[in-house]
Amino acid sequence: MNEWISIIRTIIEAGTPLLIGTLGQIAIERTGILNLGAEGIMIMGAVTGFAFARITGNPWIGLVAAILIGIFFALIHGVISISFNGNQTISGLALTMFGIGLSGLIGRNYIGIPVKHIPRIPLFPLDKIPILGQILFNTNPLVYLSFLLVLIYWFILYKTKIGIIVRAVGDSPETAESMGISVTKVKYLGTIIGGALIGLSGAYLSLIYIPAWIEGMTAGRGWIIVSLTVFAMWDPIYAVFGSYLFGGVEVMQYILQPYGIPPAFLSMSPYIVTILVLCIASRESIKKRLGAPKTLGKPYIREK
Amino acid sequence: MRIRIRKRVVESKRKIILIKIIAVLSALLADAIIFLFMNVDPLRAYYEILRAAFLTEYGLTETIVKFIPLALISFGLMVVFKAQTWNIGAEGQLLMGAIVTTWVALNLGFLPSYIIIPLMYFSGFIAGLSWALIPSFLKIKLHVNEVLTTFMMNLIAQKILEYFVYGPWRDPHGWGFPQTAMFPENARLPILPGTRIHYTTLLLALATCFILYVLIWKTTIGYEIKVVGGNIEAARYAGINIAKIVFLTMIISGGLAGLAGVGEVGGIKFRLNPNVSPGYGYTGIVIAWLGGLNPLGVAIAAFLYSGLLVGGDALQVAMRLPQATINIFNGSILFFILAFDFFTRYEIKLER
Repeated sequence: MNEWISIIRTIIEAGTPLLIGTLGQIAIERTGILNLGAEGIMIMGAVTGFAFARITGNPWIGLVAAILIGIFFALIHGVISISFNGNQTISGLALTMFGIGLSGLIGRNYIGIPVKHIPRIPLFPLDKIPILGQILFNTNPLVYLSFLLVLIYWFILYKTKIGIIVRAVGDSPETAESMGISVTKVKYLGTIIGGALIGLSGAYLSLIYIPAWIEGMTAGRGWIIVSLTVFAMWDPIYAVFGSYLFGGVEVMQYILQPYGIPPAFLSMSPYIVTILVLCIASRESIKKRLGAPKTLGKPYIREK
Repeated sequence: MRIRIRKRVVESKRKIILIKIIAVLSALLADAIIFLFMNVDPLRAYYEILRAAFLTEYGLTETIVKFIPLALISFGLMVVFKAQTWNIGAEGQLLMGAIVTTWVALNLGFLPSYIIIPLMYFSGFIAGLSWALIPSFLKIKLHVNEVLTTFMMNLIAQKILEYFVYGPWRDPHGWGFPQTAMFPENARLPILPGTRIHYTTLLLALATCFILYVLIWKTTIGYEIKVVGGNIEAARYAGINIAKIVFLTMIISGGLAGLAGVGEVGGIKFRLNPNVSPGYGYTGIVIAWLGGLNPLGVAIAAFLYSGLLVGGDALQVAMRLPQATINIFNGSILFFILAFDFFTRYEIKLER
């Protein structure tokens, strides 16, 4: 029994950086900006978080630094996509390459040294609930934050005027503009929120989950965020299922290996499922009911 | 006073090239500042890259070694991007080419060289092509966005590769490393003595450059590709079979990426391992775009980039910098070109 509680908790902890990052990606892509730079933002968050935690001796300052660097990096992509009408596919790839390169350079003096990490902190009195308390409320603070973020996202996106504005900007910027909404402002705001969360998800790896700096430590998690966002159809609730599913796959491949299941098969399954989901979701009749931003990746060119 | 932004009617070719050069120089300057902050002497770093890549005989041959896969991939991507179809799956198509070639080399090694080597190229081409066929089919029949599917196919190909080298194909005498046995002698591509240049693949790459030039500028299909890429509505109106163009360009780029995979396992490593490609498929996207989607431009960009990669390896040895450092240049050069590109496409005026 205790073993299962611990496995499920590990799955949630493995899925949390994916969840936080995917929520960030949703903020960016809901406004119509395709972001293939998640891997670059994430790894910059990881190295910056580690460096600041190491220098100041305070991992919380590391988290804040990771958020700031995430915003800065997302804004590079934002300026090119929003203000310069640049090619978003290329700009995103550039961001990923730049982040991988720069993080390697910054992190070269931090390899193999310890850092003060953020421990599990039980959330009294919720952690006293039998079973569920141990799984959900005796873990690290960013897991709690991710629960909160999902609720906030769901509420803002579906229950407030802001949600309508964001969806209008992603689906039909011309209409939004004619309603008096500044499309540019909304896109920048989405970019800033998204960058902050993706940066934070990187620091989760280097200050909580691993915790250490290893070159290239995001190991494709940024790309998983890009696919998860599609998998979740830009919806925060589906993002929860998707993240824990992918997190579960990450944990289970090591647990199932002794039983003769090759880890490669298990770890490729999420990608195959994502392609299948894409096929179903691309049918016109279904597309209308789902959240895919209609202008994703297309620059909004306003000539006046 | 307000700022007016207007799309330029004519984009001058000379100005486009000039702006690209300025963008690259600005990126190098920005990176020098980053290096200074990181306590790395930028002048020494730049000199090391230049020296390692272009100024020594060994370095120059290594630059050509890296030019082979990059040229094949970026020539293919040039064609598919021209049709405004975003195949970012060259990495996976390369890997599938490498995997299938490995099977041929390890299982049909009894065949003489003059049969097995063409067979390796052929099977690698078909493997890369097939891997591109799935996203093309999904795009045409089900309208699935190809950026996302081609990308997923990269990750799946990487996992298939890992399955084989960690599993059934792992060399029992390989000290437990995740790699296959070495290819038999007759399944290795011929190499220019004293270098690592597998010249048959190099010749294929150069021939490809010429063939694609003819295809795009001298044939009806090339014209149709450009119309589809330029204005899809006009293409539909003109009765061009858009599905056919998407299929064709995807197949060309997939097959060429597969050939690059053949070269890497058959001409460089002589075995399959998880590090067949240091991201050539992604770098190819950058090169195709940097070269302005024309064969000469892409060839020049591919050559310079190959040098940059060789220089990256040298930085690692000479200055103990991580190999990934080179990616700083990849990213920043693109950023500056994207930003400066705005000024070639739009004119900005201040008005009262």
